[in-house]
Amino acid sequence: MFSNIDWDIILRSLPYLFFDGMRFTVILTILATAGGIVIGTILALLRLSNIPGLSHVAGFYVNLIRSMPLVLVIFWFFFLVPYIGQWITGSDRPIQVGAFYSALVTFTLFEAAYFCEIMRAGIQSISRGQQQAAQALGMSYPTTMGYIILPQAFRNMVPVLLTQTIILFQDTSLVYVISVTDFLGAASKIAQRDGRLVEMYLFAAVVYFVISLVASHGVRRLQHRIAIIR
Amino acid sequence: MSYHWNWGIFFQISPDGTYTFAQLLLFGAGWTLATALLAWAIALTVGTFIGVLRTSPLLWLVRLGNAYVELFRNIPLLVQMFLWYFVLPEVVPEAIGDWLKQLHNASFYNAVVCLGLYTSARVAEQVKAGILSLRGGQRMAGLAMGLTLPQTYRYVLLPMALRIILPPLTSEFLNIIKNSSVALTIGLIELTAAARSMSEFSFQVFEAFTGATLIYIVINIVVVNGMQWLERRVAVPGFISMGPPAAAH
Repeated sequence: MFSNIDWDIILRSLPYLFFDGMRFTVILTILATAGGIVIGTILALLRLSNIPGLSHVAGFYVNLIRSMPLVLVIFWFFFLVPYIGQWITGSDRPIQVGAFYSALVTFTLFEAAYFCEIMRAGIQSISRGQQQAAQALGMSYPTTMGYIILPQAFRNMVPVLLTQTIILFQDTSLVYVISVTDFLGAASKIAQRDGRLVEMYLFAAVVYFVISLVASHGVRRLQHRIAIIR
Repeated sequence: MSYHWNWGIFFQISPDGTYTFAQLLLFGAGWTLATALLAWAIALTVGTFIGVLRTSPLLWLVRLGNAYVELFRNIPLLVQMFLWYFVLPEVVPEAIGDWLKQLHNASFYNAVVCLGLYTSARVAEQVKAGILSLRGGQRMAGLAMGLTLPQTYRYVLLPMALRIILPPLTSEFLNIIKNSSVALTIGLIELTAAARSMSEFSFQVFEAFTGATLIYIVINIVVVNGMQWLERRVAVPGFISMGPPAAAH
């Protein structure tokens, strides 16, 4: 059973696991969350708008992404991003963007679909009267959204947005399928190099567990505090 | 664009010499559905059980249920897959470990158990929310009628709670289908893996992924419509205002 376990391997690989692996995971999580919320909010505004073409395109995009597994989306973008890069820069060959940017684009655009639905619920949770009142005061649509609706929608949805970020943090481990060295990728590389799968995967599980548990408890406390103030 | 589209690729024979690429994708879809359905059976059974524990009057049962949910929710699915597939056979007694390693279709069984338990934690969360959304009077009424606590759950609380949570359960079922793609990391050739291998053998990357995407969309539409039909089928007319129906026998 646990007789020939070498826990020392974890100690020896800590710098690699955290400075290479976890750094990638955290940076990817933060950037993809920030980008995802911005694009998701724009998508939500488009979906709720009365512009016929745009609201349908946004709705189609969100439903399409949400019906696909993340692994498949990662593969899609891994091969698609070079062509998108070629199209944008007008170069005559697909542009190699590297694993990090490929993963960043993938997670930003994938999570945008989920953040869109959260923000849509947030915007719809603000009573219609507020929008009408703002209009009656002569505010333009951007002013109404920027100063009246969105600040409240964000505030109401902060716990949900943060919970989705924790899910995103866990989901980033799936970059494993395109051989990127995130935290799990780093653990897996050492595991396979030294034949220490038990130690490394157990350690990875513990680290993810502790971070996610602490974060989700923090979100729950925040939720209570916001609920009281409101 | 320097990419050469070739939609005819689906009808070409794949390198295995017998089946076309389209057939390979459909086999993959079959594995996806088999994995998802079996795992869903586990998720519903275990999830309902844990959900019930978390609403029981016994504090230590509640704690046990909470710990179970936290454990399975806070570890990424991919890591859980690895734990079941790579770690479990090493930490159990050697005879069992060897048996696990030699199992035919080991990655399939691993994926089913892993996905089932992973999703059961999410189902438990929904079941708990469903039971708590019922008015407290229902539990008391059931007990006052002389039903035991298990009978109260079986005939009064669960029939209503499960109806209430059908919509979130639908999204969990859609999630389990999508999440089954993670099993490609332990070697299960489900739909995404089939598309990936098609793209590697044929070099028609985008056709392969488009094919898989379309199949996922079709599965999604079928599931959503099926669940809406089920919701209408099991709906209790006006039960929100009328309270629980007579126990179904």
